[in-house]
Amino acid sequence: MAFKNIYTVLVIAGFVGAIVTGCGEQQSAGDPGVTDTEIKIGSTNPYSGPASAYGTIGRAESAYFDMINEQGGVNGRKINFISLDDGYSPPRTVEQIRKLVEEEQVLFLAGTLGTPTNTAIHKYVNAQQVPHIFVNTGASKWDNPDNFPWTMGYNLSYPNEAKIYAMYLLENKPDAKIAILYQNDDYGKDYVHGLKDGLGDKADSMIVAEASYEVTDATIDSQIVSLQASGADTFFNVTTPKFAAQAIRKVYDIGWRPLHILNNVSSSVGSVLTPAGLEKSVGLLTAVYFKDPIDPQWADSPDVKEYKEWFEKYYPEGNINDVFNVNGYMIAWGVVEVLKRTGDELSRTNVMKQMASIKDLEAPMMLPGAKWNTSAEDFALIESGQLARFDGEKWVLFGDVIGK
Amino acid sequence: MEAFLHQVFSGLANGAIYASLALALVMIYQSTHHINFAQGEMAMFSTYLAWAMINAGIPYWMAFALTVIASFFIGLTIERVIVRRVADAPVLTLVVVFIALLVILNSITGWIFTYTIKVFPSPFPEQPLFGPYVSSHEAGVVGVSLIVLLLLFLFFRFTSLGLAMRATAENAVSSRLSGIRVGWMLALGWGLAASIGAIAGMMVAPIVYLDPNMMSGILLYGIAAALMGGIDNPFGAVVGGLIVGVLENLMGAYVVGTELKLTVALMLIIGVLIFKPTGLFGRSFVTRV
Repeated sequence: MAFKNIYTVLVIAGFVGAIVTGCGEQQSAGDPGVTDTEIKIGSTNPYSGPASAYGTIGRAESAYFDMINEQGGVNGRKINFISLDDGYSPPRTVEQIRKLVEEEQVLFLAGTLGTPTNTAIHKYVNAQQVPHIFVNTGASKWDNPDNFPWTMGYNLSYPNEAKIYAMYLLENKPDAKIAILYQNDDYGKDYVHGLKDGLGDKADSMIVAEASYEVTDATIDSQIVSLQASGADTFFNVTTPKFAAQAIRKVYDIGWRPLHILNNVSSSVGSVLTPAGLEKSVGLLTAVYFKDPIDPQWADSPDVKEYKEWFEKYYPEGNINDVFNVNGYMIAWGVVEVLKRTGDELSRTNVMKQMASIKDLEAPMMLPGAKWNTSAEDFALIESGQLARFDGEKWVLFGDVIGK
Repeated sequence: MEAFLHQVFSGLANGAIYASLALALVMIYQSTHHINFAQGEMAMFSTYLAWAMINAGIPYWMAFALTVIASFFIGLTIERVIVRRVADAPVLTLVVVFIALLVILNSITGWIFTYTIKVFPSPFPEQPLFGPYVSSHEAGVVGVSLIVLLLLFLFFRFTSLGLAMRATAENAVSSRLSGIRVGWMLALGWGLAASIGAIAGMMVAPIVYLDPNMMSGILLYGIAAALMGGIDNPFGAVVGGLIVGVLENLMGAYVVGTELKLTVALMLIIGVLIFKPTGLFGRSFVTRV
């Protein structure tokens, strides 16, 4: 009996000792990437290659951190943001991320861009237990805290956006005959699934035609002709900018006048609607969750003014019309916000803990009412948006902020 | 029926795009017996030159002519400086050089002009010609392709320079012995192909919008068109382009579905190579051993 008691005591002592030393280690040595004067953060972006239109996002992020560093950094530490080029090629992403984690020893990864590229490193970063946050794609798979507790996405996910359209249609046009044009890959299919989920039982009766296209197609004219012939009165346009501009023009030119829902991916006035023709874009519908800095309706709001000042001073070589820059700005703002919340306890565990406990946070450049929310079970940061209709000049918001 | 006709017309319009690039491919093949994978990117780069000139206030046709001339010299320079150094190397080396050119031109253009799509003006009126089926630009593209075809035909058939270029491609050694400057003939071929590509680019851009990846998909269909018509036959390239365009649309809309549209083009390439390697209008050569 006595022997058994001693044994128990020893075990308990061992546990306590382990816990104490464990804590001690975290506080003194801490996780990699942190010194008294610097925090190292890693990222990958396509600065070259087919998707290099997104490169400006990484440059905007760096420009934002430049501003923060000039203002003294976060809690006295400068941010060392190492953003490497992966050319949107998954094998290169793996190489660059391993370099960031193993050689550079960054504290965490933020804003890594692209669905195929992030998919390639998804398991690796979770095995290494490196926070992989503000993942910059609209895929839904980053919201999976049970299996991937170190990964959290940033954007309003494609399926959640599609559900906003489904809610709108069920309420305002329950007898709609929907035709869908989508890019034949994960991105396109995510939207189609989201819409079907959102429509529920009515999906089969409401969707009358679906057509896909490949990124190598010269035009999508043939698909538009087929969709028009289906007799649909509602057109769900799930395309990337070039094809979106082609589709808007073609739909108009052949005299088809459906309720035209355009995915947010291609809602840029400057780089999609203007090339397509503003008069041909009147009446388009999309879901929005952040402010377009050149939209006159936000000209007086303080966050947009601040954005423009930052842009002029820190990223003068960028294009103010390009809304991708807003995306980079907001991600960088989010990173700084999380760093502020972690305070001096700059461990990887604490970064994830802070990421997963965001409550009704109003980020700059977000639409009024669209807030950031996360919890230990909910790794989807942005889940709401508002519908907007294009009036020939700008997107006009209507209705309430829909979604969680 | 209306939808069917519409598919055919939109196929013809796409076909004209493929045909114009196929013409440039045939041009290089005729003078050098190579397929230039960078042809599309060279055309795209030329189109950016035209875009920059038009934006700088130069009138359309002036910019058009300047671009065609500038492209001629770019093509010539590429041959003189890069391609001729590997002329005697194995085919694989050439393929690597062409693909490197493709990637380099694509990246440089993106770096200079950014990747956002740009509107490229059309020289043809806004009003459609045949109801909603064909825009006047699409009709114009077909017309321009035919004019280029006619000019090429006249050039190769009735000028001594054209004859010399054909001779060089068929038999470089004999041509040299007959006093033809073989090296310059090859460079000329590259220059002409670059000019034709530039015209193709300027015709395509108003339809698909100008961006650095404008030609990447089209090149594939252009190769299918060129192979189908016979890689050494300009007339075949145009017919091949139109056939590929219409076939792709009809198969996509009514037979295999849109998901397999691209597969149709690839099957065509493989099918032609297996069953009729010389294409529909190509001549077959018998080499005496």
